[in-house]
Amino acid sequence: MSATWAYFWWVILPYIAMAVFIIGHIWRWRYDQYGWTSYSTELQEHKRLKWGAPLFHYGTFAAIGGHVIGILIPKQWVEAIGINEHAYHLFSAVAGLIAAALVIIGVTILAARRLFVPRVRATTSPVDWVALILLGIMVGLGIATTAINAPLGFDYRETISVWFRGLFAGDANIALAQQSPVIFQVHAIAAWLLFLIWPFTRLVHAWSYPLWYLWRPYVVYRAKKAGPPAESGTGGRKWRKIGVRY
Amino acid sequence: MRPMAQMAMVMNLDKCIGCHTCTVTCKQVWTNRPGTEYVYFNNVETKPGLGYPKRYEDQEQWHGGWTLDAKGRLQLKAGGRLKKLLSIFYNPDLPSIDDYGDPWTYNYGDVLNAPLGTHNPSAHSISALTGLDMDMSWGANWEDDLAGAPERAHQDPNLAGLQEQVRMEFEQAFMFYLPRICEHCLNPSCVASCPSGAMYKREEDGIVLVDQDRCRGWRFCVSGCPYKKVYFNHRTGKAEKCTMCYPRIEAGQPTICSETCVGRLRYLGLMLYDADKVLEAAATPDEQDLYEAQMSVFLDPDDPEVAREAERSGIPHDWISAARRSPVYQLVARHRVALPLHPEYRTLPMVWYIPPLSPVSDIVHAEGYDDAHPEQVFATIDSLRIPLEYLANLFTAGRVDTVRDVLRKLAAVRAVQRAGQLGLTTKDALPASVGATTTELDDLYRLLAIAKYDDRYVIPKAHAEDAGRLMAQHEQLFCSLDTEGGPGMGGGGPVGVEQFHAGVRPGGSHTFHDSDGREHFNLLGWDGSGSAPKLFPEAGTS
Repeated sequence: MSATWAYFWWVILPYIAMAVFIIGHIWRWRYDQYGWTSYSTELQEHKRLKWGAPLFHYGTFAAIGGHVIGILIPKQWVEAIGINEHAYHLFSAVAGLIAAALVIIGVTILAARRLFVPRVRATTSPVDWVALILLGIMVGLGIATTAINAPLGFDYRETISVWFRGLFAGDANIALAQQSPVIFQVHAIAAWLLFLIWPFTRLVHAWSYPLWYLWRPYVVYRAKKAGPPAESGTGGRKWRKIGVRY
Repeated sequence: MRPMAQMAMVMNLDKCIGCHTCTVTCKQVWTNRPGTEYVYFNNVETKPGLGYPKRYEDQEQWHGGWTLDAKGRLQLKAGGRLKKLLSIFYNPDLPSIDDYGDPWTYNYGDVLNAPLGTHNPSAHSISALTGLDMDMSWGANWEDDLAGAPERAHQDPNLAGLQEQVRMEFEQAFMFYLPRICEHCLNPSCVASCPSGAMYKREEDGIVLVDQDRCRGWRFCVSGCPYKKVYFNHRTGKAEKCTMCYPRIEAGQPTICSETCVGRLRYLGLMLYDADKVLEAAATPDEQDLYEAQMSVFLDPDDPEVAREAERSGIPHDWISAARRSPVYQLVARHRVALPLHPEYRTLPMVWYIPPLSPVSDIVHAEGYDDAHPEQVFATIDSLRIPLEYLANLFTAGRVDTVRDVLRKLAAVRAVQRAGQLGLTTKDALPASVGATTTELDDLYRLLAIAKYDDRYVIPKAHAEDAGRLMAQHEQLFCSLDTEGGPGMGGGGPVGVEQFHAGVRPGGSHTFHDSDGREHFNLLGWDGSGSAPKLFPEAGTS
């Protein structure tokens, strides 16, 4: 890989992806809240969704959690609380493989119903296909990475993680990123491509997980005269008895 | 006391002929779009029957509405907030499209483009979801006029426990129509079920709406509504529901279903209620008491203290006087002949029904009685187990007495009028025997039989005086002149130019002092006629 290409893959692409990711979300929020939805197909098909959707989503949450631990949290911090490399790798391999199994079962069920159930297939727009295929590629590579690295034991926390955090500090270490096995590199690039298209797809629904429903009063009133309704989760009392007006 | 106003509807089921005009006009106005093929904000069901979607009334199956927990507190039947968030990827209570019926259309091109031949060309049904050939097997109007009832109607949840006594054979069957729209409940479980907070109840008139920009398609409103009157648009991925035609209501016009109702059986008007009592009423321990509990929530608009409190809580004066003239208040609270649909769901629904006397009196006539002898009619009403218990399952959570009282009152109205028409005499005690005075029965007769357009629809216009100011304050993303019909769009704007300078009448001359100290003529208010003093500087002043 020439130096120019390396620079592109490990510095330019990430920054482009981050910029598009942020600006794209702002644009989408301002101009297309009407299109901001999960596009559920449960109405059309529910027997397969019953297993596929929870397995995929909960498996993905586990995978995201693993990425946060492995990439965002510096190795020194983890070792400072007494978890050495061996223990960490054992944990990450086992938990990662479990998460990978959940995701792979879920994604297989979901992909099968999207491809072979006509009612679901009919709802799929071109941008959905792009997003879902890219997501499938990234998930597949991620699972392969986890499986390959379980016996290999490559310590990405001293290479990829350092490079990734360096991106935010403004001094990305290209050499470190290039030291990792190819499968890691391809997985990372696929991830940047996914972030690049994220704001323009149904994936935006991920940011709308309605956690604040736990604190909200049950019945929402809105008045014409009282100004805009308070944005969810901001200010005001957080919890009331059912139906008590706020 | 915290009075709030609610736009409410009453439907007189005796008058419904099942023509579906309400459904058709509603469909044309609101859901004539891709993604809403199966969506009926208004539909008309034949009862007994399964309904739309299938068996929606069975909350043990669908878990819609509210229930009481072990301590007697109100909770959503489908479970609490945490359970909802955890099951957000698969809502276990969502009806499938097959419960509504796969919406179909026809490949009309096959017919139009068929080559000349000896056989009539035909178009096969195709699914509106996939475009593929399909055989239809269910739909919004599948059971019209008891179609298929011998095989299916016994599955009607309202017939639970009555199957033994119900006869679906042609000669012995009874039926009536039940037009349904969103109930715009006082304690809406769809709003409570929406994790996104996109659904809300309007403070001014109680209409329940979905904010299309904030809906994220989590689908819990669909399953949370026990009446299944929130639908999922499969194209946009958003929930949609009956809007009570709010743009028409705001303009003082009846909903499109009411406007076009051939039988003129719908009434629209305001109900004032005490918002502080809503929860207590919804949490009434015995579900058969829920009707009375909901009645206790309503406020009498003729009570001066109610009027005072209403005005204090911001209800405009003309709305309070509209509440006094409300036909809904008359039918629900004064005459007590309208009943809520399935009060046992604890949502305090606000579309009420006058139960049909006709299926009952049909049977009465078949038994050889006639309306001239109300005491015989009463006796027969009492002896009829069906359909009285069926009506009670629909409207009073099974309490037969309440339905019987309503039907007796309706029978008394008929008896009095019949006697008047034929010059017969009725017993003086007749009105009192149904808990009414002669005047009340006469008022009720007028309201049920001859109420004109303006009597059936008493709808005060929305007060939007402040809306523009708020818009200017909060939505500066666009030019404030570019409102519909505003000056930026080539219109005169909400505030006419001639009113721009206070005190200027169109055509009236007016002058003002500008910063140069000189008196100027104000051209803005000038219509070109009359004099224009100070339009030009006086000679020599430059």
